[in-house]
Amino acid sequence: MKYKARWITIIIVLGIGLFYTFPLNRINLGLDLQGGMHVLLGVDTEAAVDAKLDTLTNQLRKELRAQNIKYTYIQKTGDKRISIAMEDAGDLAKVRNIIENNYPILEEVGLGEAKEVVTLGLKKEEVGQIEDYAVEQAAQVIRNRVDQFGVSEPLIQRQGEKNVLVQLPGITEPERAIDLIGKTAQLKFHLVNENVSEQDIERGNIPFGSKILYQKHQDSSGNVTHEIPYVVKKEALLTGDYLVDAEVRISSQFNQPYVWIKFDSAGSKLFEEITAQNIGKRFAIVLDGNVYSAPVIRERIAGGEAQISGNFTMQEARDLAIVLRAGSLPAPVKILENRTVGPSLGKISIQKGFKAAIIGVVLVAAFILVYYRLSGIIADIALLANFILILGFMNFLEATLTLPGIAGLILIVGMSVDANVLIYERIREELRQGRTPINAIESGYEKAMSTIMDANITTFIAAIVLFQFGTGPIKGFAVTLSIGILASLFTAIFVTRTIFLTIFAGKSKTSISI
Amino acid sequence: MFEIIKQNTKIDFLSRAKIFFAISGIFVILSIVLIFTKGFNYGIDFAGGTLVQAKFEKAPELTKIRNAVGQEVGEVVIQNFGNDREVLIRVEKASGNLQEISDNIRLTLTDTFGTEAFDIVRVEQVGPQVGAQLKNKATLAIVYALIGILIYVSLRFEFTYSVGAVIAIFHDVLITLGIFSFLGMEINLPIVAAALTIVGYSLNDTIVVFDRIREKLKAASDKAVLKDIMNKSINETLTRTLLTSGTTLLAVLSLYLFGGEVIKGFAFALLIGVIIGTYSSIGVATSMVFAYKQYKISK
Repeated sequence: MKYKARWITIIIVLGIGLFYTFPLNRINLGLDLQGGMHVLLGVDTEAAVDAKLDTLTNQLRKELRAQNIKYTYIQKTGDKRISIAMEDAGDLAKVRNIIENNYPILEEVGLGEAKEVVTLGLKKEEVGQIEDYAVEQAAQVIRNRVDQFGVSEPLIQRQGEKNVLVQLPGITEPERAIDLIGKTAQLKFHLVNENVSEQDIERGNIPFGSKILYQKHQDSSGNVTHEIPYVVKKEALLTGDYLVDAEVRISSQFNQPYVWIKFDSAGSKLFEEITAQNIGKRFAIVLDGNVYSAPVIRERIAGGEAQISGNFTMQEARDLAIVLRAGSLPAPVKILENRTVGPSLGKISIQKGFKAAIIGVVLVAAFILVYYRLSGIIADIALLANFILILGFMNFLEATLTLPGIAGLILIVGMSVDANVLIYERIREELRQGRTPINAIESGYEKAMSTIMDANITTFIAAIVLFQFGTGPIKGFAVTLSIGILASLFTAIFVTRTIFLTIFAGKSKTSISI
Repeated sequence: MFEIIKQNTKIDFLSRAKIFFAISGIFVILSIVLIFTKGFNYGIDFAGGTLVQAKFEKAPELTKIRNAVGQEVGEVVIQNFGNDREVLIRVEKASGNLQEISDNIRLTLTDTFGTEAFDIVRVEQVGPQVGAQLKNKATLAIVYALIGILIYVSLRFEFTYSVGAVIAIFHDVLITLGIFSFLGMEINLPIVAAALTIVGYSLNDTIVVFDRIREKLKAASDKAVLKDIMNKSINETLTRTLLTSGTTLLAVLSLYLFGGEVIKGFAFALLIGVIIGTYSSIGVATSMVFAYKQYKISK
């Protein structure tokens, strides 16, 4: 056999291509084709800093009390500071001592004229660390939740300084998923202040250290029908941080689902103390600022178990349990970008995309066949080989195929034929000048070569840039385009040339069908 | 032998250079005017906003949806998408949070038509922050691609030719954008990708002609007239130019006709880009180089 090395190369390359083409299961379908959700969440890191200040304020209050330092107030101020107003300015040294030894993340940023008001702020690097930790933890919590929700091959990734990217392929209930991952799920228990009259609530006349929270009632489709206000003590006595477990249970009395929760040992002890000290009072169970229920404490509760009820559907109760088990987000998150494609649209896109691709390929192949006859067959063989290589490559690289990616495949068909057109037109010209077929073929390939390279390199540059800057679907376009360009250089030049050479070289053929 | 262009065709393209310049000039100026006065219909990728695509069991009355959704959520545009059972609801300039807007639309549709009557098949939401980021990225992509291609072209060809090629590229992109502005078609991420592909494609055509001119110049005797050489080069590559544009158009046209509604804008951009790019490689790039060389000779 002539041109052995060439044919061996072709057989090896196409063999590898075919080997990797089947089974065609490693190509990832992009979210636009298989359906799924792409959500970019922004973490409200300021809220995390704020929450930290709240915690510090409460700790300081307890500490000063324990050390018998009298104060008129300790409070967080709007500008992310904590002010401590001492009754006796002489205690300043003691307070400073406490801050220095026990609160290294705080620093003194101001002192009142009479030296009785100290203003504290977080150190700058500490703020950065709190924010960073909040984003990291948010990603972790969301990962836990998604794992429990059961999605195959989810992607949860921190992006940039404050964002978390969540990709859930093949998801069928996007609304539910968003509720699940976006819920802050900060569970808090507040004592209800029942000494406030309804008129005072309406007027907003609330005692110091209390605030109004609402219990929202919804109809079946999710519209809020009415809200009941509760006046509760600002400070939460117990939080979801002590939770170790949450489950859905059905109340035997009303046949209604509720969420059963269990505290760890520290939480259980705290819960027991609180209930013992507040018998007869109402205890509001608050999730993300909404009151779910406010039962009356009838007796001391040991064992650290409680229940959250609130007219849940079974699914709502189940999702709430998941969220509580997986832990609360350190700060609320906001949706910055959401691209969700339902599985049905994805399927239609695949069908239509492939229909367009097949029609395009058949039209082009038929055109080339009619125009170049037998040589057209050779070009069409190259086209087929090109497709095998592209698919094999993509399968091997586990590349992602998107809808624009299918468009890229179609475009490549048109462009790879260009190389053959350039070569064939050259061959025709050479033939017209009276050369023999084999001479015409040789010089046709040679002369067309630099033009083909130029043309492909410029498109390749555009594809590389698109890959660098594109997002999801566009990246898919860049991938098929660049792989297609490389593959087409091999098939449209090397493969067709080898076929021509094998047919014409050394034989005294005087005609060529081109 | 089957031929589109007969052998020894001698169309005198370059004597018509002034006509090409006039046509191109008018279109470029019109495009620039349109871009600066009418501007672009930025899709939510860049403008930010919400897009909900719903598929109904039976063709719904759009006015019913329009009244139900109302204008409180933002600037709402409601239109059919591909067929009368599919509806696209677009909300722009919304102030509220993204999740509330999509929940709101879902609730409203459920209240108006019932749960079973429709299926939400696509939701795309882009907040203002991400929209600005995407705009920035797209701009950078265009700039970098142009720089990369410019460097390549200037390495491969002598300066005058590079300038001609670059002017042709700007010509193509400007007119494509002008047509998008004129038709009020949406500019989104895929359109930017299409524009960059057009740049590559149009340059491809130009390079084929330039390569031929260069080859002919090398072999030419001193007495040969530049105009004849360039004209001959265009004519000799004309078959290839038309064939390749033809096959590419066939492929892109099938994408436009059969690829589905989602990819239609992208396919349309490629379609007009291929046509303009084919014209510009002769009418702009080569004619520019010719005009400049003539001007230099006459001085």
